Amino acid sequence: MEAASLTDAPAAGGREDDRTDRRVELTLGALASAILLLIAGMVIFVLLKGMPSFTHNGLAWFGAGGSVDEQLMNIFNSPSDPDDYVYHLRAWPLLYGTALITGVAVAFSTVFSVLASIFVVEFAPRRLRQVIEPVVRLLAAVPSVIYGLIGILVVVPWVATHLISESSKESVAYVIQLDGTSILVGIFILVIMICPIMIAIIVDALRSVPDKWIHGARALGVNRWRAMRTVSLRAIRPAIVAAAVLATARALGEAIMLSMVAGSVGFAPNPLDGLTFFLEPARPLASTIVDNSEGLSVEPFGQTMYAFAAILLISSAFLSFAGWAARRSFSRYTLGDR
Amino acid sequence: MKVRVPGRPGDRLASLRRTGPASAWSVGDRIGLGLAWIAGISLCVVAATIVGYMAWKGLQFLHLEMLTTSPEASMDQSQSGGFFDPIIGTLLLTVIGIAIAIPVGVGIAVWLTEYGRPAGLARAVESGIEIVAGTPSVVLAIFGLLVFQQTFMGLFSFTAEGGAVFGRSFITAGVMMSVVALPMVIGSTREALNAIPRHVREASYALGKDRASTIRRVLLPSARSGIATGATLGMGRIAGDTAIVVILLGASMTITPEGGFLGLFRGTGSTLTSYVYNNSPAGEGNAPEKAYAAAFVLLLVVLFLNFVVGLISKRSEPKWS
Repeated sequence: MEAASLTDAPAAGGREDDRTDRRVELTLGALASAILLLIAGMVIFVLLKGMPSFTHNGLAWFGAGGSVDEQLMNIFNSPSDPDDYVYHLRAWPLLYGTALITGVAVAFSTVFSVLASIFVVEFAPRRLRQVIEPVVRLLAAVPSVIYGLIGILVVVPWVATHLISESSKESVAYVIQLDGTSILVGIFILVIMICPIMIAIIVDALRSVPDKWIHGARALGVNRWRAMRTVSLRAIRPAIVAAAVLATARALGEAIMLSMVAGSVGFAPNPLDGLTFFLEPARPLASTIVDNSEGLSVEPFGQTMYAFAAILLISSAFLSFAGWAARRSFSRYTLGDR
Repeated sequence: MKVRVPGRPGDRLASLRRTGPASAWSVGDRIGLGLAWIAGISLCVVAATIVGYMAWKGLQFLHLEMLTTSPEASMDQSQSGGFFDPIIGTLLLTVIGIAIAIPVGVGIAVWLTEYGRPAGLARAVESGIEIVAGTPSVVLAIFGLLVFQQTFMGLFSFTAEGGAVFGRSFITAGVMMSVVALPMVIGSTREALNAIPRHVREASYALGKDRASTIRRVLLPSARSGIATGATLGMGRIAGDTAIVVILLGASMTITPEGGFLGLFRGTGSTLTSYVYNNSPAGEGNAPEKAYAAAFVLLLVVLFLNFVVGLISKRSEPKWS
């Protein structure tokens, strides 16, 4: 808006100034375009490096079959002759673990964040509001390794002693050992980690709902909760979508915390196990990469890791882009002109 | 421009609050209200628990000599060594990362707000920044490894016999860390530049300055606190990132400089985050006491940076009327 009209401002001064100005514009423009080059470079290089893993397995790469940890071990121990490299991999348990933990965590934290945001904007007493805002910033700033540390030293032992019974342990003993590190703990802590991002976006959006709309609803005799739910929440739906999408991107990439608390076993939790399902471990893609960072120099193993990274990179890029587009359309069409 | 009515942000509701107590609401509405309260309060409880617990454990296990002694290898990790090197590592990495991120970030923000032509490219860059912000740091880390292990990048880390470039050093980790901090710097610089009203720029043009010198002499000085906010937020992100450190800084606990020019920067080391990770039960050290102590120091660093952000944004901005 403002910036666009500014670009029409005549460059004052003589030709000399004109040229400096042009040079500055070009330099800065090149710097900005470097961002795009960086993204293109990342996608191309990571994808190229990971390609052998995809080409050797075909679409079965995404499928299930056998123990993924065993397959990774075999890849790691490939013979040193490039012709004998082992690539066999069925990555389903890792993909499933990623999707499961991310999906459930984002679903929970969407509901939680919407409620918390409504509270912050509408219902919190002034004193409490002044406390909650820094609290949200703080929760967003705590490094993931600290969340992981608390998770593994406090939450995991608690789950192991209080939630895992002997019978549930026995019921799955033939496939997996339950020791407290589980998707339950992973999801719980992930919710705490991604909530602040969502709350920040949703609170901003709720604040931008014009007062008139709420006053109008209130004048019709609607109470404060209903006004929030039926007017404000409806109006900011794109912002909620954007928040959820951006939080998903963040959750996908969470590696350290999940590798500490979610078990670090390439296991696909089985929903048929009933409630024990949530106590079973898993290991998302990002954690797999961090856990195996030492093996990156083994050629076929490194290529497999880059294949994981390519999946993460492409999905998070799509999510970020979608979140950006949703937020942009929100500010442009819905509430931009208040 | 929107005219702001003086008063607290929540004031618009003060008059509405009188219209009927919540006890007269339907059950569903009251449940909703209750859930909103629970969500809000539990946020505070969780944050208080984390900080309180870390402080309790941290103060219990933290000894002053830990801050000044280097990590040592020994059978019983809980007895030996401190985390002097990791603290220096965190400091070094943060400085390198932010020193790259500030000029690049400010440059991009200036281009986006002041030039932004062609418009299509500006939109693409804008979405690109979001994509970079959303890229997992693990991916950034192994992409960095890929780039810096190329032979011609040997200058930045060290080359083993046989010509293989190691790719892991403070410089390589710092460069990727700057990418982590970049979106923060760009975001708050743009916000600050957008807040400067048009007539300020026009006044500068009227005095015969061209756009480049207006940016340098008028706009950037006014946006200083925005830049500082972004830089501080970025430093918080850098200090808290673990994946890049684990993958790109090498696994050595102590700082191991390489020989030659800028040896320290080409060497490997550790930071507080990787130290905590390695000493947690998930890592090799498995000395929870030291992990708690280091995590407490790390939390203090992050809280301090958070506090600085608050201070900067509270400090009086130039007032445009």
